[in-house]
Amino acid sequence: MALTKEQIAQRIAKEVKDGYYVNLGIGIPTLVANFVRDDISVEFQSENGILGMGPFPYEGEEDPDLINAGKQTITALPGASFFDSAMSFGMIRGQHVDLTILGAMEVSQNGDIANWKIPGKMVKGMGGAMDLVASAENIIVAMMHTNREGESKLLKECSLPLTGVNCVKKIVTNLAVLEIKDGKFHLLERAPEVSIEEIQQATEGDLIINGEIAEMKF
Amino acid sequence: MIKKTVANVREACEGIEDGMTFMLGGFGLCGIPENIISELVRRNVQNVTCISNNAGVDDFGLGLLLKKHQIKKMISSYVGENAEFERQMLSGEMEVELIPQGTLAQRCEAARSGIPAFFTPAGYGTEVAEGKETREFHGKMYVMEKAFEADFSFVKAWKGDEAGNLIFKGTARNFNPAMCGAGKITVAEVEELVPAGELDPNQIHIPGIFVQRIFQGEKYEKRIEQLTVRKRN
Repeated sequence: MALTKEQIAQRIAKEVKDGYYVNLGIGIPTLVANFVRDDISVEFQSENGILGMGPFPYEGEEDPDLINAGKQTITALPGASFFDSAMSFGMIRGQHVDLTILGAMEVSQNGDIANWKIPGKMVKGMGGAMDLVASAENIIVAMMHTNREGESKLLKECSLPLTGVNCVKKIVTNLAVLEIKDGKFHLLERAPEVSIEEIQQATEGDLIINGEIAEMKF
Repeated sequence: MIKKTVANVREACEGIEDGMTFMLGGFGLCGIPENIISELVRRNVQNVTCISNNAGVDDFGLGLLLKKHQIKKMISSYVGENAEFERQMLSGEMEVELIPQGTLAQRCEAARSGIPAFFTPAGYGTEVAEGKETREFHGKMYVMEKAFEADFSFVKAWKGDEAGNLIFKGTARNFNPAMCGAGKITVAEVEELVPAGELDPNQIHIPGIFVQRIFQGEKYEKRIEQLTVRKRN
């Protein structure tokens, strides 16, 4: 069975380690916060200026001066701090944030990522994505393996305008966990009951399959 | 104490002219200079260039200026929430320069701090870097970005005093501090304006030297863009 968006988030949550400062993008990445183990200490950074981001507020307790980068109302946990945008991106470019999790429209086998623009169709802007992917050492892409038309999003080369080059190292999709190494996709894990053939068919880029590929564990 | 107070938003916006470049603080609708935006609409200033992370929504924030076709060019990082914006951009009525968010913040900070240009990794290898100088430092490639040049910086703070000192609240801080002192004239609107001496100097986020005019906004709507809550058990 291919994973749901929640299950993708749940699998990625296993990559979040004790003591990490983590930046979560909009969409599936936001859900990761719900699945991080309770017994480790993690702080979420939102690039609009908060470290120590907490869950949504209780009804009636929302504060218009307290939002995340998705413009949603949030809360601040004990130990949280606020800062301005220049300092926020100083944290990001200066590699003080340990892990960046973001969505993508396309990823190429050399680690290029496209997620901000479809020429002539969708022009929303890159927000902080270009700063994040250009700087982070540890980037995980959360996305569906194929687009709505059923076309692969794991490509030899991206067809859309790039957000960053040579930066993605790990991808978790609804079908598989993959690593990018030496200009190729390497299959690490497959979703429960998803066959290697299915993954191969959904991957346009070069896919390396080495030995037995275990099913994901949650 | 050098006094920076002006009587109201009209006085605060003296000297603005058609064709000028403005910086406006805020992230989404959070921490935007609401009263100043209303005044820009009222004055019907034309052909302006706006440097602002976002472009408001259709009926609030910079969306109000967009609707009246007052903006010639927008320099932003993310404009997803505004249908009229997308229409004007795709039809070519308005010029748009989309730049990485950290680069936007740093170009403000650089303008304020006397740094004409800097190198950032953001956008290297993408269309953002086209036509720009690139250089390698310690084995990694960087793109040269230049400080902004703006006529006015319009910012919003939580509290301020007569000397122009500012304190921000929560994530309403965002781009406001970096824009203070980045334009030729910085105008700050605050929710609460107090006499000099009432704010603790230890708590000031932006010293008054970066602010030329300060006033207390008449009213604040502080609209929430995405209300997300959880239920009590």
